[in-house]
Amino acid sequence: MAIEKITDTLIYQRSESLTELHTHYCPGCTHGIAHRLIAEVLDDLDIREKTIGVAPVGCSVFAYNYFNCDFVEAAHGRAPAMATGIKRVLPKKTVFTYQGDGDLASIGMAEIMHAAARGENITVIFINNAIYGMTGGQMAPTTLPGMKTTSSPLGRDVELAGYPIKMAEILANMEGAGYIVRRSLHNPANIRKAKKAIRTAFEVQERGLGFAMVELLSTCPTNWKLNPQEAMDFVQEYMVPVFPLGDYKVRPEINE
Amino acid sequence: MAKQLLKGNEAFAEAAIRAGVEGFFGYPITPSTEFLEYMSKRMPELGRAFVQAESEVAAINMVYGAACTGKRTMTASSSPGISLMSEGISYIAGTEVPAVIVNVMRGGPGLGNIAPAQGDYNQMVKGGGHGDYFPIVLAPATVQEAIDNIILAFDLAEKYRSVVHVVVDGNIGQMMEPAELPPMREIPKDPPIWAVAGAKDRDPNILTSIYIDPVDEEITNIRLLKRWMEIEKNEVRFLEYKMDDAEIAVIGFGTAGRVASSSIRTAREEGIKVGLFRPLTLAPFPKLQISEISKRVKRILVVEMNSGMMLEDVKSVVQGRVPVEFYGRMGGVTPFPDEILDEIRRVASSDENVEDSERERWLERLEERILGEK
Repeated sequence: MAIEKITDTLIYQRSESLTELHTHYCPGCTHGIAHRLIAEVLDDLDIREKTIGVAPVGCSVFAYNYFNCDFVEAAHGRAPAMATGIKRVLPKKTVFTYQGDGDLASIGMAEIMHAAARGENITVIFINNAIYGMTGGQMAPTTLPGMKTTSSPLGRDVELAGYPIKMAEILANMEGAGYIVRRSLHNPANIRKAKKAIRTAFEVQERGLGFAMVELLSTCPTNWKLNPQEAMDFVQEYMVPVFPLGDYKVRPEINE
Repeated sequence: MAKQLLKGNEAFAEAAIRAGVEGFFGYPITPSTEFLEYMSKRMPELGRAFVQAESEVAAINMVYGAACTGKRTMTASSSPGISLMSEGISYIAGTEVPAVIVNVMRGGPGLGNIAPAQGDYNQMVKGGGHGDYFPIVLAPATVQEAIDNIILAFDLAEKYRSVVHVVVDGNIGQMMEPAELPPMREIPKDPPIWAVAGAKDRDPNILTSIYIDPVDEEITNIRLLKRWMEIEKNEVRFLEYKMDDAEIAVIGFGTAGRVASSSIRTAREEGIKVGLFRPLTLAPFPKLQISEISKRVKRILVVEMNSGMMLEDVKSVVQGRVPVEFYGRMGGVTPFPDEILDEIRRVASSDENVEDSERERWLERLEERILGEK
């Protein structure tokens, strides 16, 4: 009797661009998904070995523990400036920043605006979860009107605190910007679209087509005080209407 | 290389070019702007990176990024801009990557003015940024010294993976003097092993200043401190002028020291046995040398263009062995040789025990002089 050999067909494995370290993120946090998508793109494009990442200050301050590539740690908000320094002296390497809404849209507002204005050939992954995660749930520039946070306990009052800032729309106005899109991570269909956008954003850098940013609507179940599923629904129901998904700037050459 | 007539800021910028700087990131601020403007032309000529950043905050972080690649990188600014850079300087020091920062000091505090001053001594020498770190601080006084010090700054920054400040003032930045530039340094092909450049055929390099576990942070602090102690042992630099038989030691750095040397020449002609001790490294501070001097002179006169900052460091080394007097001008006023000569004459014939009142006495004399100047 012949013994049938059982063969396994590998259909999925951890990207080479991810380390094996278990992440510290909360259940239902979409950082893990975002990290995985970036890592898959680095693998797919085979650019891991020439990539340098710039980590932010925020929950993902230790992002460099989860990625298997060279990484530096920026001061809060300064990642686009650090990335500029690196890319200008090492123009052939792939440089990306990974930033939250406080990092990018609050303290780092000048740095991101000017990196886009200068058309720095870097890739920015912007994690927008409408709140400050690491420091315990304070209001962010992207916090929704009426949203309760620890520094807007009665709900964001637009009279006092203004309206949420829409970074994709703003940066799309810069001539130096080549690819500015907003996607979301709240369900599989959107996660697939997000990965495509991230891949394009890295390809734009490879092809020298200007500043590239993918804004990713993300969750913060812990500080939103929602369970993971509720948090995903929150993105669909409340965040998408304020931060519409779509392509805000796509240089024509990208699609040629 | 032959001597040429060179103008301060441009000479230092060209010196940095010769030293092989590959990334210059700055922001216009008087009186350092010529540095930026010179670099904006020269760097692209050589295919090197130049960015006029949106602010000094951005500039120092660009320097931080470039420093992580192991390439020689620098910025040049002036006092208010340096304040903005404090955070970035602390991060660079905490990450232990090399960087050179030129501070062309001006009158302050606040917006102050654009005239030469030395009021950033504490900020530069004691750190300026937060946390336990120890920058090297070089204080040239002539165009030639500034050229040499910028070359030295890059070498020291790399040797010790440290922040190196080169502090001058508007006088030095604007003066024209004969000086020699060194030849162009060859840029190394390979990055240092610790640098980020893409993790090809090696494990990733991570450059960070966060050590979330206090135990790990303390290990880092100990490492930084030990490195500083090595720097203190090996890298003190100073200049002595007519100190061999001096009974009075004038201690001053940068422009203040240079003006004092004119006064000392005249005083010597009058028979006063005075000499100049001019620190070239403000940090590491020439403690041993000043301590030795305090054992053989009768009086010390510290001359600075600030309210008496190096004065405190001198006093702590002298430990009351001899009276330490002070003469300073502030606000961007540069002392003239005759002012310091008056002081030397006064000190030479003084028997007073100053004992911590040297500032009050100086202020009295200063206010009189200011009235007289009116």
